[in-house]
Amino acid sequence: MTIDPTFAPLAELIPDPTDISEPFWKGLNDKTLRLQRCGKCDTHQHPPERFCYSCGSDSIEWATASGGGEVYSFIVVHQPYHAAFRDRIPYVVATVQLDEGPRMLGAIFDVDPNSISIGMRVQARIETVSEQQAALFFEAEVQ
Amino acid sequence: MKGFEGRYCIVGVGQTPYGKVPEISQLGHNVLAIRNAIEDAGLTTNDIDGILTKAPTSTFPMLWAPKVAEALKITPKVTGTLDQAGASNIGLIQYAISALAMGQANYIAISYGDNPRSGTRASYSRPRGDDAIAGLFGAPSSYAMIARRHMYEYGTTHDQLANVAIAHRHHASMNPNAVFQEPITREDYENSRFVAEPFRLLDCCPVSDGGAAYIITTEERAKDLEKEPVYIEGIGQGHPSWDFFRRDDLTRSGAAISGEAAFQNAGLGPKDIDFCEIYDCFTVVPLITLEEYGFCKKGEGGAFYEDQRTHIGGELPVNTSGGLLSETGMPGTQLVVEAVRQIRGEGGPRQVKNAEVGLVSQQGGIMTTHATMIVSKG
Repeated sequence: MTIDPTFAPLAELIPDPTDISEPFWKGLNDKTLRLQRCGKCDTHQHPPERFCYSCGSDSIEWATASGGGEVYSFIVVHQPYHAAFRDRIPYVVATVQLDEGPRMLGAIFDVDPNSISIGMRVQARIETVSEQQAALFFEAEVQ
Repeated sequence: MKGFEGRYCIVGVGQTPYGKVPEISQLGHNVLAIRNAIEDAGLTTNDIDGILTKAPTSTFPMLWAPKVAEALKITPKVTGTLDQAGASNIGLIQYAISALAMGQANYIAISYGDNPRSGTRASYSRPRGDDAIAGLFGAPSSYAMIARRHMYEYGTTHDQLANVAIAHRHHASMNPNAVFQEPITREDYENSRFVAEPFRLLDCCPVSDGGAAYIITTEERAKDLEKEPVYIEGIGQGHPSWDFFRRDDLTRSGAAISGEAAFQNAGLGPKDIDFCEIYDCFTVVPLITLEEYGFCKKGEGGAFYEDQRTHIGGELPVNTSGGLLSETGMPGTQLVVEAVRQIRGEGGPRQVKNAEVGLVSQQGGIMTTHATMIVSKG
């Protein structure tokens, strides 16, 4: 497995998957974004849980998401809050409204921050950060 | 105040030095602020039979209120530590009033004290668990996400955010307790560095050490004390809860619900308010709060801050001591202290004329919790 050296510092921010969250992280290793879907009310949700946040049902399934969404809001981080992101500054963090419904936070790298705007289409960008794990980022959708 | 037969008052306020204060411990800020509030009320520690505390932000010690009681040599009948972050300081007053109404205590001290500036400030920027990889650290980043959406939906401008920073600093310039007393200009704002766009450094409150406290009692007991009591007219709470970015509308806070509850509880409305002390951890927050309270329409908070309307002497003075942005970045206890001083007429050069009814707004987390209190001369 080859790991892009610019992504390697981010490995320390990967949490230990739990029984509940493991399918999400394994999905990323398969280059897919997986979300939970309620078998009863059909609502997609993230973060994962044993039950549906909307209706309380425990008939939770995992579904492959499109990875597409749009920027609901975003910031450009200049403050070096964490060593793992120091070489990325300034970088964009977006609140992404996924097409399936849930909102997620995600970093958008390798882009002019001035080119990002609310409402623009983005797509999941899954990158390997360590021997064990890939992680979720976003990038502008190719028109 | 509806719901209780009697009336309840704030009879003493106290504080410790704000800013970088390495010589006072976390415990010390609580104890010294309470002692100062007890003295201000004309009471002694022996009179205090309730100790309520907001959990410190920088560390989270268990059984904190009993620890504070020990350091005051008090064996209280009522204690408790509330975890509503910055809204706790009003939530605790609601708890105190309940205890007083039930006859469980006579004089209750409420405090917050912490030393994140000279101790550890890690809690303000720790990684967000499973979301850490997204690169969102620190309260400024989260509130900046809210500000960006507010700017997008309502056309709120950097100039309008600057107005908030400038206005609150103007008030702090008349407050000898304030951490930042040097007035700032629009140019100063524009020259301050970006932290997390759209926020610059001057959009953000400082991390500060300090403590503040107040004493709550019944009207009957309050009338026996030397200083004029400040009456608690109404309290309301409203908690958006949820992680901020998953809420339906990022530009809304709990102020609408908590404000309506407080106004109903007091039998008053926005027109009755002479001044406001509003939780202003970041410049966008007072804009949103004033909108949600109904002082202006949704989206018009930026315009409300124009033409020095919120300055002392203006239509609705807001944050007369400088607020979190300029007086001290502590999570809100100090706003109650300032409201009491204004009602008493102790504001000195920053005194609001005819300050008879004041509103205090508090919130915690990323607009996760919210509480509102209305106080008056009675």
